Amino acid sequence: MVDVSSSVVAEEEGTAGWRRKRRNAFLWIGATLLAVFIVIAIFGRVLAPYDPLAQDLLALLDPPSSAHWFGVDGVGRDILSRLLVGTRTTLLIAVLSITIAGVFGVAFGLISGYFGGLTDRVITALMDLLLTIPSMVLAIAIVAAVGASATGLTVAITVSFIPPLSRLVRGRVMELREEDYISAARTIGMSRARLLVRHLLPNAISVIVIELSLLAGQAVLVGSALGFLGLGVQPPDPEWGAMLGASREYLAVAPHLVIAPGIAISLLVFAFNALGDGLRDRFDPNQSA
Amino acid sequence: MLRFFAYRLALIPLVAFGVITILFVIFKSVPGDEAAIVAGSAATQAEIEHIRVQLGLDKPLIEQYGRHLVGLLQGDFGYSPTFRGNPLPRILERVPATLLLMLSSILVTIIIGIPAGVTAAAYQNRWPDIAISSAVVALLAIPNFWLGMILIAVLSVQMGLLPSFGLAGPLSLVMPTIALSARLIALVARMTRGVVIEEMRKDYVRTARAKGLSRRVSLTRHVLRNAMIPTVTVIGLQAGYLLGGSVVVERLFAWPGIGDLLLAGINVRDYTLVQGITLLFVTGFLLINLAVEVLYVQINPRLRHG
Repeated sequence: MVDVSSSVVAEEEGTAGWRRKRRNAFLWIGATLLAVFIVIAIFGRVLAPYDPLAQDLLALLDPPSSAHWFGVDGVGRDILSRLLVGTRTTLLIAVLSITIAGVFGVAFGLISGYFGGLTDRVITALMDLLLTIPSMVLAIAIVAAVGASATGLTVAITVSFIPPLSRLVRGRVMELREEDYISAARTIGMSRARLLVRHLLPNAISVIVIELSLLAGQAVLVGSALGFLGLGVQPPDPEWGAMLGASREYLAVAPHLVIAPGIAISLLVFAFNALGDGLRDRFDPNQSA
Repeated sequence: MLRFFAYRLALIPLVAFGVITILFVIFKSVPGDEAAIVAGSAATQAEIEHIRVQLGLDKPLIEQYGRHLVGLLQGDFGYSPTFRGNPLPRILERVPATLLLMLSSILVTIIIGIPAGVTAAAYQNRWPDIAISSAVVALLAIPNFWLGMILIAVLSVQMGLLPSFGLAGPLSLVMPTIALSARLIALVARMTRGVVIEEMRKDYVRTARAKGLSRRVSLTRHVLRNAMIPTVTVIGLQAGYLLGGSVVVERLFAWPGIGDLLLAGINVRDYTLVQGITLLFVTGFLLINLAVEVLYVQINPRLRHG
């Protein structure tokens, strides 16, 4: 009997150890990949072999070659250079939108979860209402209203990300509120603001960071989708989704235009996803899938 | 159960009212003269003023809002410059195409996602699992419109197998469905895998195995029944993706649905049309979530008296 049960335990531990290793690998792959993207975002213009806007009319739609690694687009611009320079735009939109959404989402969630009562009900009702508009549709409606541009795109993504964050933080705070150390802190007369910032926020931070990382991947997907639809960054500025949108009409004659920008988007989304999943397994094992 | 259902159903108009208000605020804060947009760039100042009075845009905002609400109650979405009138009938005639795309995507998600997840769980940490889990990670990172473009390039342009645009016959459903359902398939497979692994460790499965039931039978007869729950969960959680993603996929494949019409409305700044379609999307979202909750209770009788 003893032998059987201990072998079962050993087997489960073996699996868990393997899983932990794989998840750790995810964390490192995600972080490394993201670091590479950040370097490209900073030095993109230096790294780019050509001006991303310069047109070489003799090379229209050229397939990949040693002069143009990823080929040339429909108006004679070097795809690689546009990808490298466009990295900053994509990354900036993603990081800005999750940062601003993070600040508002966390603030709403903290206030709503901690104070409860009427404040909570008003905030929750508004967030629930916004959650009933599919985020992509909400983003499209906002872009339609504020105009298609990088700024409009950032606003749209930000607004559509605040409700899920607020809901997440609220739930976490309501859980934490019942903990002994919170009532202890209250008993010794700690101010509400201090309690929120010094005790509740640090204990909710792991959940928030994980969610932000996963949302960053979503931001890249939504941003490039809107770019693809012509509702994001406007030409001639290079942006991955818009590059794919423009290459649509050349699908029959120059399908190679489609490959590199799509891989770039997928890799960046993968980096954020891997980072988020890896972080979740490390800091919040109960929640991992 | 019935009371719960009725309560949720009654909530829909309330939410719709809130969403209508939010959309009204968003689109009234659009910079630029609404009457001038409706009149078009060739209109004279007199024509613009005429339209302003005709559409009631000279009235105070609160009155416009009231008229908007009353209009919506009567099925009047307002004046759409694209259709020179109430766009509702023209929106509704495009609903079936979008519904078709969504239903086929959900169907494909079930057909592929569940078996993939169960297979991965049954061969946990061996090569079928590693292959499926890797595919899941990849599918969650690939944008749906890129997947669609690759499909068009390979299956339509290179091989000439499938039509790349429009809705004409069942073949034209194939690529849009794959593009839209890829993400859902990945999520369902991942969640099913997790649930099946968890269930297989439980006592009732151990009992079944101890009684001499084969691994396969215990899996299909006992575990699989519980594996339906994550599928329903994913579809509920991803209802927003399904609706939003359909806009992108419809544009790529020139699919004659409401997503395509929404983008057409944005291009000509037809805000009546945009608001109307957004409202329809929200209604669809609420209905999907209601259906999900009903399904939950159907699958899991324990919730019936909750």
